[in-house]
Amino acid sequence: MTTLTRREFLKTSGALVVSFAAPPLTGALAQVAGGKPALVPTELDSWIAVLPDGRVQAFFGKMDMGQGLEVVIAQIVADELDVACDKVDVLMGDTGTSCNQGGASGSTGVSNGGRLLRSAAAEARRLLLESGSKRLGVPAEQLRVEEGIILSQDGRKVAYSELVGGKYFHHPVEWNKQVGNAMDIKVRAKPKTPQEYRVVGKSFARRDVAWKVYGTDRFVTDVRVKGMLHARVIRPPRAACKVRGVDEASIRSIRGARVVREKDFVAVVAPREWDAVRAAQMLKVDWHALDGAFPAMDSLHEHIRSAKVVKREEPVKKGDLAAAFSAPGVRIVEAQYEWPFQSHASMGPGCAVADAKADRCTVWTGSQKPHFVRDGVAKLLGMAPEKVRAIWVAGPGSYGRNDAGDAALDAAFLSKAAGKPVRVQGMRADGTAWDPKGPACVHRARAAIDASGKVIGYEFVAKGFSRQHIATNESDPADSLVGQATGIPAKGTQIFGVPAESYGFENKLLAWETIAPLVENCSPLRTAHMRDPVGPEIHFGAEQFIDELAAAVGEDPVAFRLRYLTDPRHQAVVKAAAEKAGWQARNSSERTMKGRGIAFAERNGTAVAAVAEVEVERSTGRIWARRVVVAHDCGLVINPQGLRYTIEGNVVQGISRAVYEQVRFDRDAVSSVDWASYPILEMQDAPAAIEVVLINRPEVAPSGAGEPTMRVIPAAVANAFFDATGVRLRKAPLNAERVKAALSRA
Amino acid sequence: MPSFRFTVDGRRVSVNAEPEMPLLYALRNDLGLDNPHFGCGLAQCGACTVHLDGEPVRSCVLPVSAASGRTVTTLKGLGTPDKPHPLQAAYVEEQVPQCGYCINGWVMTAAAYLKKNPKASDAQLRDALAGLKCRCGTHVAILRAIKRAQARLA
Repeated sequence: MTTLTRREFLKTSGALVVSFAAPPLTGALAQVAGGKPALVPTELDSWIAVLPDGRVQAFFGKMDMGQGLEVVIAQIVADELDVACDKVDVLMGDTGTSCNQGGASGSTGVSNGGRLLRSAAAEARRLLLESGSKRLGVPAEQLRVEEGIILSQDGRKVAYSELVGGKYFHHPVEWNKQVGNAMDIKVRAKPKTPQEYRVVGKSFARRDVAWKVYGTDRFVTDVRVKGMLHARVIRPPRAACKVRGVDEASIRSIRGARVVREKDFVAVVAPREWDAVRAAQMLKVDWHALDGAFPAMDSLHEHIRSAKVVKREEPVKKGDLAAAFSAPGVRIVEAQYEWPFQSHASMGPGCAVADAKADRCTVWTGSQKPHFVRDGVAKLLGMAPEKVRAIWVAGPGSYGRNDAGDAALDAAFLSKAAGKPVRVQGMRADGTAWDPKGPACVHRARAAIDASGKVIGYEFVAKGFSRQHIATNESDPADSLVGQATGIPAKGTQIFGVPAESYGFENKLLAWETIAPLVENCSPLRTAHMRDPVGPEIHFGAEQFIDELAAAVGEDPVAFRLRYLTDPRHQAVVKAAAEKAGWQARNSSERTMKGRGIAFAERNGTAVAAVAEVEVERSTGRIWARRVVVAHDCGLVINPQGLRYTIEGNVVQGISRAVYEQVRFDRDAVSSVDWASYPILEMQDAPAAIEVVLINRPEVAPSGAGEPTMRVIPAAVANAFFDATGVRLRKAPLNAERVKAALSRA
Repeated sequence: MPSFRFTVDGRRVSVNAEPEMPLLYALRNDLGLDNPHFGCGLAQCGACTVHLDGEPVRSCVLPVSAASGRTVTTLKGLGTPDKPHPLQAAYVEEQVPQCGYCINGWVMTAAAYLKKNPKASDAQLRDALAGLKCRCGTHVAILRAIKRAQARLA
């Protein structure tokens, strides 16, 4: 078999040519003759193709952000179709070749995205068997398939490629009329049962590793289009700024550089990138600034506590809480937990290239939701969505709605204004100070414990900035900086969340409250989804509070959780993590500056527990999470190695967010502008060991793994810190300054 | 604009640019060598790392004039799929990168360091790699890969 490199493959398939001229829309199936049906969810041909050489193409409307989803989808399709895994190519993230399955979102790549592709592959196999049955004159039930060859019991055979290679299926499937993550199809074929899987469950290697290690293919930052200009957008020096004037003469000395301005949106474009960078530094803009748009950083959580509640919801409410808290003889335990604003701070600032013509536009984007980029660009430029093509190219890291979404709309806007293709990339501050943020919040927890030590009342109220001041995607310019700067006001959605667990406290309230954003439009503290939205934020509080309750009744934290968790899968991960970690109940009054802590949570069907072992240095305030053990149950495991590495990344990013990360700001502006002012975990502080226990449940449909582990790490570390020192740190991040201060008070 | 001559990955090149323009822009835009990446422009993350006469440098802050007459090596010059550097082979075997944007810096920095100290301990490696950033959190996999490469180099 000939193995094509990724670039050769893309060249062959025509999906993405090396020169980055926009590929023809029919390109993905160029080898296939016959009329191509419209790219709509109701056509089987929108999901799957068998090429004349027997290779299979799966058209996927979600994206692999580097956690191995691409090969997992290939495994699922290969299993259903009975072809070898390396015969399946997964084409991701091009709106010209895939339907809007929501992009990378909510850890639904396998659960939703994979389910749909599984149905499509199963239906394709059914049709191929039907066709093979006719060709061979043998009933379909008496045929089997091996490596894409249909075989009869008497040894006759016909290959898939002979049956459909070169043709489209032209076969309708039933679409559930949903767009995005919920998109699904219904087919007549019955997918295989887990007992029949041969490819699923094995650790196939990822397909994006080699080119990243050898540098043989391109990131979105490397896309170049003939005649393109380089652009830099000038974000305001403060929040809530208006442009009074721009001194275009201030960049006259730079050949070819010019200003693009529309209301409060200012950018420079130049043929050479370095000239665009210099022009952005030199350009004199007269800003009309509002003083004191933000509260003092030290009083952020006081602001949240006292701010008017805009929206409140009580997703879990049972029993009689008031009665429980006023029952005679109860002991009340109360605590509050605080979490800062956090930045995606992706490795590279957002980047996009756009080529806007009068009646159409192509955008190369690193956004994890290219279909929504298409919609947003169409609205911004006043075009029909089908006139815009968004092509995802691997970007410099993506963990939600980061600055890549703004870059895509910036590029489209600037290309239209400049009349040429435009590449825009931010400088570091654009990726740290100006990306949408994870929301700051305060959680109030309260419990009533009766004389026997039983928790009879439990209340947890999360209060903070909405997790969606701007939407989770960029499909509406109102949710972009260029849209807001040019006069489209932010819409904002009020939403937060509550702990996800199954603690069976008889009287229980889990509620959330949101408050108004600090600045309505063009705010560097606007909030949006960041990896496991509000998960680490909420469970940092909720899972520390569970530990505090265990301590209040003098019970071991593992035993306490097992006593109250009601879902057997939840109990199982707690037990598995404790067992792997060698957890032993002990009297925690001995403080050795070494400790271990556990935390548990659920996330959309995935149960995860982590045990962190930490060492604390009193003199420096350093916390080192030396060893982290994770037990993870996301139902059926498709690729164990990929899953382990995805969990490892979550552990390290989770420690980073728990211990180091907070967006700093003063009364006027965000002052976290680079890696010095927004530190993250570095190599010296990486764990010595991360051990993962995978609980495989083939009978349970797979749920997500891209995010769940993130939510248990901060509390596991904080609980371990308590175990080590006897001191509770209820304010994140648990940085050296805070640790030293807390230990000196203790 | 003045012209600067130097060698990149065994090829002699010449770039016309302002002397203060960072080498990174010359490599990427004038020479089409995309593996050094722009991450911060402040020498804080390492994504732009190349070797200058064998020493790792941050090309996002090094003026192109400083490369004049010297030898620059990029990731592609370090190794290829056919002739991989042991670190690259180990990175593939350990499936290290996630988004992959930072990997250039880690490989280039570790390659230069292992030349000086092939038997570096875990603690020495951690110190030597200080100042590099990886946002996806692949640090533990990076250490695994380097140790695998060390075993091969030994």
